[in-house]
Amino acid sequence: MGNPNRVKAESGIMRWVDDRFPATQFWQDHMAKYYAPKNFNFWYFFGSLALLVLINQILTGVWLTMSYNPSGEGAFASLEYIMRDVEYGWLIRYMHTTGASAFFVVIYLHMFRGLLYGSYKAPRELVWIFGMTIYLLLMAEAFMGYLLPWGQMSYWGAQVIISLFAAIPVIGPDLAQWIRGDFLISGITLNRFFALHVVALPIVILGLVVLHLIALHEVGSNNPDGIEIKDKKDETGKPLDGIPFHPYYTVKDLVGVAVFLFVFCVVLFYFPEGGGYFIERPNFEPANPLVTPDHIAPVWYFTPFYAILRAITFDLFGLEAQFLGVVFMGGAIAVLFVLPWLDRSPVRSMRYKGWMSKVMLVLFAVSFVILGVLGALPATPLRTAVAQLCTLIYFAFFLLMPLYTKMENTKPVPERVTG
Amino acid sequence: MADNGVNRGRRRFLVGATTVVGAVGAVGVAVPFVASWQPSARARAAGAPVRADISLLEPGQRITVEWRGRPVWVISRTEEMIERTENSDPERFSDPDSERPQQPAYITGPLRSSRPEIGVLIGICTHLGCSPLYRPEPDAVDMDDWPGGFFCPCHGSYFDLAGRVFRNVPAPTNLEVPPYRFEGDEIIVGEDEETT
Repeated sequence: MGNPNRVKAESGIMRWVDDRFPATQFWQDHMAKYYAPKNFNFWYFFGSLALLVLINQILTGVWLTMSYNPSGEGAFASLEYIMRDVEYGWLIRYMHTTGASAFFVVIYLHMFRGLLYGSYKAPRELVWIFGMTIYLLLMAEAFMGYLLPWGQMSYWGAQVIISLFAAIPVIGPDLAQWIRGDFLISGITLNRFFALHVVALPIVILGLVVLHLIALHEVGSNNPDGIEIKDKKDETGKPLDGIPFHPYYTVKDLVGVAVFLFVFCVVLFYFPEGGGYFIERPNFEPANPLVTPDHIAPVWYFTPFYAILRAITFDLFGLEAQFLGVVFMGGAIAVLFVLPWLDRSPVRSMRYKGWMSKVMLVLFAVSFVILGVLGALPATPLRTAVAQLCTLIYFAFFLLMPLYTKMENTKPVPERVTG
Repeated sequence: MADNGVNRGRRRFLVGATTVVGAVGAVGVAVPFVASWQPSARARAAGAPVRADISLLEPGQRITVEWRGRPVWVISRTEEMIERTENSDPERFSDPDSERPQQPAYITGPLRSSRPEIGVLIGICTHLGCSPLYRPEPDAVDMDDWPGGFFCPCHGSYFDLAGRVFRNVPAPTNLEVPPYRFEGDEIIVGEDEETT
């Protein structure tokens, strides 16, 4: 029977619907009476933009599937077919490839916002963990999608990443063979990556997006001051510093969407290959298992982790460098999941944290960018040394966090949100 | 009224037993899905070991067999070729003791083979995948004190007769040695040596 107190429309068709389905209640809970802090700034655009890009990826992805041929013999040719013969095929494909890079741009900024304002801290740990799971699956989704054009970089990039599994002691080689389904990356691998990329992972990602939003709407959004707006309510029980998500933030987010689409279209129409970073040049040659490209680099959004992988050139704790690199790379992502429990600061927002947190966050962000640049370049002894330093800072940011967030003096937080 | 006539012990047993049976069923159902990712019969057939008769291989001669889409060289090395390879200065190679994983575990020593007189190598340059040329004679290439080996014409990488890569060439690693074993007059490429 549902909740007997549920909100229903007075009359008309909506009343008929509300008697059978909680439409009005849902609209109020999540839009019209979902109170968000009134002090959201620039950093708060990227959540809704991520949703926009997700819709773009699904829509263009479905259309690409209509002309794509997931076989070792036909994949590369079908890409050329989409680019040359299918009406607007070039546009739909470039929307998908540019969308993939845009996805990671907005997700990285979205995650940085979380770091900046402590949006991962209690009671929002699950919002963060669902988000990190989405990020992890998104990386798997992007990796598998990159194999589908069946170009040289598709092939050899996949070769490098699948070899990472082969570096695991004892089970590694069998595990890599199980993933490939063949003794080398072949049409068999392509087919299963296609199935995962197009069917399995999108379903799971969509489900997690729902969980991410349910968890968010349960605890309410954080804000740049990192204080709870629910602590100060008026006599009707609505937060004094809250404004309804609709129409205030729906309209504000539309401005973000307009600016984003402007930038997106500039890339889409003028630099669809992203200068060789969104679609790497060797990918214009069909996959050839016998010829390795000169320089294999992953797409830009993986390069920070690739740089960490390559930075481990030494054996440690009885582990070989090759496997240790995989451990560090995995650890670099795994440590993000436990972030809510590493931050011991009494305040959430960087605005009221001490100087140590601020310095560490800047060092971390700079290191992450440097790692990203280094991961795209061929390794030299100097670059490896820089990558090792940046890897050290990357891990220090997280592993020393329990110490410096506890040691430092924080500023008093305001009662009400500031400008 | 507290228990409403419910037998709690029996209920707990039934819930537990149902859970266990359900979990076993779930694992059972997972088996075909996990196993389905193994190489199919067709992939296994295409990647099956290949046999070659080496009883007629003349000393110094090389034959090429194809295994998993790649050329595999089987060379019969003469006494003199073995000597030249073993006596090469290890300083000239970037990985003289085969420390990088470019061969099965049982392939060791400077000759990188289980029988000194038979060398088995995958004939793909580790630089960019060209197929190097066989130059077994001394002075066959433009290099001082050439011990015999392979020269890749694409970008000028040199390997000795054991497939060890020389220093300061584009190729980063030694030529790969595939798993192989002998059976009578035949060599079987793609099957590991029996470990006793």
